[in-house]
Amino acid sequence: MKGLPPVLITAIVLVAGFALCAMQFPNIASTRVVGNLLTDNAFLGIVATGMTFVIISGGIDLSVGSVIGFTTVFVALAIERWGVPPLVAFTAILLLSAGFGAAMGAVIHVFDLPPFIVTLAGMFLARGASFLLSTESVPITAPVYSTVSDFALRMPGGGRLTAIAIIMLVIVIGGALLLHLTRFGANVYALGGSRATASLMGVAVGKMTVKIYMLSSLLAGIAGIVFSFYTSAGYSLSAVGVELDTIAAVVIGGTLLTGGQGSVIGTFLGVLIQGLIQTYINFDGTLSSWWTKIATGILLFAFIALQQGLVALARRPVRKSAGATS
Amino acid sequence: MENSPDPAPALVEVRGISKSFGAVRALQEVDFTLRAGEIHALLGENGAGKSTLIKAVTGVFPRDTGIVRLGGEEVAPRSAKAALQAGIATVYQEVNLLPNLSVAQNLFLDRQPMRFGIVREGEMRRRANALLADFGLDIDVAAPLGSYSVAVQHVTAIARAVDLSARVLILDEPTASLDRHEVDILFGIMRQLAKRGIGIVFVSHFLDQVYEISDRVTVLRNGRLVGERETASLPRLELIRMMLGRELAETTSARASATEHRAREICASFENYGKAGYVAPFNLELRHGEVVGLAGLLGSGRTETARLVFGAERADRGQAKVEGAPVRLQSPRDGVRHGFGYCPEERKTDGIVAELSVRENIVLALQAKRGLHRPLSRREQDEIARRYVKMLDIRPADAERPVGLLSGGNQQKVLLARWLATSPRLLVLDEPTRGIDVGAHAEIIRLIRELCDDGLALLVISSELDEIVTYSDRVVVLRDRAHVEELAGEAIDVGNILAAIAADGAAIAHEGRA
Repeated sequence: MKGLPPVLITAIVLVAGFALCAMQFPNIASTRVVGNLLTDNAFLGIVATGMTFVIISGGIDLSVGSVIGFTTVFVALAIERWGVPPLVAFTAILLLSAGFGAAMGAVIHVFDLPPFIVTLAGMFLARGASFLLSTESVPITAPVYSTVSDFALRMPGGGRLTAIAIIMLVIVIGGALLLHLTRFGANVYALGGSRATASLMGVAVGKMTVKIYMLSSLLAGIAGIVFSFYTSAGYSLSAVGVELDTIAAVVIGGTLLTGGQGSVIGTFLGVLIQGLIQTYINFDGTLSSWWTKIATGILLFAFIALQQGLVALARRPVRKSAGATS
Repeated sequence: MENSPDPAPALVEVRGISKSFGAVRALQEVDFTLRAGEIHALLGENGAGKSTLIKAVTGVFPRDTGIVRLGGEEVAPRSAKAALQAGIATVYQEVNLLPNLSVAQNLFLDRQPMRFGIVREGEMRRRANALLADFGLDIDVAAPLGSYSVAVQHVTAIARAVDLSARVLILDEPTASLDRHEVDILFGIMRQLAKRGIGIVFVSHFLDQVYEISDRVTVLRNGRLVGERETASLPRLELIRMMLGRELAETTSARASATEHRAREICASFENYGKAGYVAPFNLELRHGEVVGLAGLLGSGRTETARLVFGAERADRGQAKVEGAPVRLQSPRDGVRHGFGYCPEERKTDGIVAELSVRENIVLALQAKRGLHRPLSRREQDEIARRYVKMLDIRPADAERPVGLLSGGNQQKVLLARWLATSPRLLVLDEPTRGIDVGAHAEIIRLIRELCDDGLALLVISSELDEIVTYSDRVVVLRDRAHVEELAGEAIDVGNILAAIAADGAAIAHEGRA
């Protein structure tokens, strides 16, 4: 399968890292810690799944952090101040964020603009809009929030698989199926290979672009709702810089930043690696939390260097036998 | 010319198609007929309009006039995709498939076999294998396309096109990057497809292959139709004349007034100069006040010779001398340092900087020669630009206008001005009249003659044999990357050049027919 070797390397890094951490702090190897790790990174896993589609298609989405921030503020205000039933609020924000992504995709395609610029504008727009709604943190006290927060599946060993962790796992699995098994997924890879060629081969490039950014923003909206469950509050400054953590997770997961290759599973492993680093630092207790960023940075460098090496290898004139029989 | 009844009904009829890009008329009233089940070679030198014709027919860009009929019905595809749906598939030299996808995905992209919204991977692979087996290809279709050779990628592209129920297959230089064995496989496939009634347009500049595979040829020159012939009854000399020559009578008379042979000082000389796998070693003397023409077909080694002379390519043998002193030409900088100038064929990509003004383009080479620490003052720049705009009659006479907005002929003059500003001793011009209006041709030729009278040595490449004959004092003829003949004085005429180009080809053409 496409992108398997980088995914394997990501998996090896994760397993080796986990083993090293477990050697130093045996308690890490417990379902309790793993459950928390999944819960803490649920929103990241969801948004990174969407980002994987965007990056494989040769694009980038810088707006996701802001969309998460906006979502938390919108949901909090809708439920607490405007008295909207939570489910209605969720539906509204998901429609809004999907529409936002579709609009960005349409602008990218119709005006033939670089996704970097368009989603950068989207990032400022969404962040600015969330400040417009409220500049202070709005706590959410609706009963559904405590219900969801309390819900968890008991895992052997005392760990809790929380509702938001389950949502994340479902989305990761769904995303993987969508990317690897459907025509939509094949077209995502095609776009990443070459937009012009994909278009010549009959792929509706415009529609695909709109759908891909719509998917990314929709998942960012879901991540925002999950984040509001996680913090039980809406705050316009939440999830600042998350777009960069997301891109890091996708790249560490073996997806080529230039598009055309990658996998959702790899991205999930990338998210887990970032979570593992965080967990280690929490266990250590003496390290500053900024070491997470430093470790992520080093890993990112290593993976980009690795990808360049693999790309260079692939460019070598490897000539498999033509196998022609006539 | 066509007196014999058509063996098959016309599959594609192109009538009176024209296309202009700005002031340049790339296609003028071209007709083209493709019959079902034939392999039809489309020939012409660079810029003759082959690609423009293909793209105008397949709707890559809109045509100005003319109609296209496919199977008797008029079609006007607005995009390559629409053309494909109508049944006209084009496979370009750079394979238009996705190297990052598997072979199977490439074959079935956007039409994969599905069940419950899921791509049936196994079924798709089975069908891909079956499809490729028709083309004699037995490969792992799950592997990325990019891991296979260009030949396999070509066959995959053809298989996809044919499977999309193409009735017309256009192959643009399909053999350029294939070795002999792969070419044989491709030709086998082409013959098989033709037998099935598919019409194939074969664009190539390998004349041997044209004779080997094609039933008919259509030749274009300067955006016009020269003629359509049956390959088997067309002597190779005649074919080359169609591609290169215009009216023989016209050119021989022009020759009379050309130049008297002059004995001049040697400006630069090249002894046994060459590079393995690039151009066979050659001897070349360039004299002050003399024009040497390089003639030959596309790919015969003309541009390669020019690049060696200028230093853009490094020779691996031989000795270059400038004014009698041995020199080393390792890079274009060396060339410039010894007073050489080079106007490449691809003006847009290798020559002009479209966004910069006429003035900035003109002073570019002079500034580079002087070095960064001795900048030309604005007043000097203005002065130089004004002088050359006037001298070469660059229009509009506005030195501050971006070069990209000028016509092709005037862009060419700006390039000339750039090198003239460095007061060169030798100027190499690669296809100086390419893509320029016929009116501007005469002006460029007049300029070449004037420059030569001022004592400059000139090396000029051109596919326009009558032009070469008009301004050259000597003509070097190339074939298969080697200098095969040097003509001087009265011996320079279109017939002699054609004979030298075709010299050993006539025999091959004969074999091809047998």
